[in-house]
Amino acid sequence: MAASLSLVFFYAPLDADQGFIQKIFYLHVPLAIVALLGFIAGGVMAIKYLRTRDPSWDMRSYVAIHLSLVLAVGVLITGSIWAKGSWGHWWVWDEPTLVSFLIIFLLYCCYQPLRFSIEDPERQARYAAVFAITAGAFVPVNFIAVRLAQAFSHPRVLSTTGGNMPGEMRLTFYVSLIAMGLLFVTLWKFELVSKHAKFELKRLRRRLELSLEEGTSRGGAPSPPTATVPAQPIGS
Amino acid sequence: MTRAARAILRKDLAIEVRTRESVFPMVLFSITVFVLFHFGLGRNELDGDLASGVLWVTLLLATILAVNRLFAAEHEQGGLEGILLAPIDRTAVFLAKSTALLLYLVVLEVVALPAFALLLLGPNLLDAFPELLAVLVLADVGLAVVGALVSGLASETRARDLIVPLLLLPLLVPVVIGAANATEPLMSLSPHPEDLGKWLGLLALYDGVFALVAYAVYDFLLED
Repeated sequence: MAASLSLVFFYAPLDADQGFIQKIFYLHVPLAIVALLGFIAGGVMAIKYLRTRDPSWDMRSYVAIHLSLVLAVGVLITGSIWAKGSWGHWWVWDEPTLVSFLIIFLLYCCYQPLRFSIEDPERQARYAAVFAITAGAFVPVNFIAVRLAQAFSHPRVLSTTGGNMPGEMRLTFYVSLIAMGLLFVTLWKFELVSKHAKFELKRLRRRLELSLEEGTSRGGAPSPPTATVPAQPIGS
Repeated sequence: MTRAARAILRKDLAIEVRTRESVFPMVLFSITVFVLFHFGLGRNELDGDLASGVLWVTLLLATILAVNRLFAAEHEQGGLEGILLAPIDRTAVFLAKSTALLLYLVVLEVVALPAFALLLLGPNLLDAFPELLAVLVLADVGLAVVGALVSGLASETRARDLIVPLLLLPLLVPVVIGAANATEPLMSLSPHPEDLGKWLGLLALYDGVFALVAYAVYDFLLED
């Protein structure tokens, strides 16, 4: 993982000969692709959750969408920097990919408000899963719609992933795509572990508090004349 | 299933006829927004892309009102438990709710479209009526399906009134794209080559995809 990442960052500058701003391409496009795939993966995991009713699938779906949302912020930022650099404007409505991405981003921003405004954890998971599936289906439909809308008034001349990339650039692009995918998966796993640990910690702490309470109430109560209460050290 | 759906639909329509909680506000809202657009844009007559844009954005915003109220009766009176206790397919609820929303939208458009034509629209709409009807039907089906789905999704959340527009508007962007682009040539002063088929196709695709999605996931929304 680290090796592939470092390969990208040290190899990519070698063949970026179209000015410095072009290098953001290796960051922006893989970010976007991975974020979209992450959204769709979140939808697929949500289907799995509804099938199996295993909370861990729900957690996976949640983490995938959450991470993709973070990546999407990166996509929008790098995208507008790139747009500023190469087209002279921070935002270009003519570029269908950009616009569809913004719409999808806005939609997925609702995921967390929706999720956390439902208290019951089981219901929360179920509703979040339904949202994830709907939004996952929305991603391709939206892309079709926006592309049609642009093609209507503007023939598509700019292609972000140009078909005639020189071999070296293409190699770097693929490597960075793979690296970004790996980064996503790693972060995803990491986040899952940390979420899991957090839950476990919460559970343990609750149990500890419970036993502490029991301990103090027992210890604090006037002991009956016959020592029926076993001498228990507080906080054990 | 259709019998149960019809029963729920009849109940919803009866409530609507008696309380006038959805359709009347929708109509009022749309006409108010037309007036607002008149002042906001500073124009007496609209045509072409501006007209179709104003019309569709207004209809879309009016839809939010109905979507917000779609499960209101069930919430305030606890009718959902009754429906869930009944041995009926959950899809019946979806069918009934989306049909109710569709009917509200039809009533809304029957009033709001002539009002729009009177208040703001420059060119005469009557010439292009069949095409417009096709666009309206397809767009309404899309709005109704997605509206019922979002209403179900948001029904259990705390901030329902907040979640509905936030979810609904991005989801409906393709409908606006399709409908506004399809209506644009119908409302323009100078006739130009229409691309109606493409936009109707897009709307139909949208309707199909989301009808399937809603059919597949609605059971899970109404489980307990």
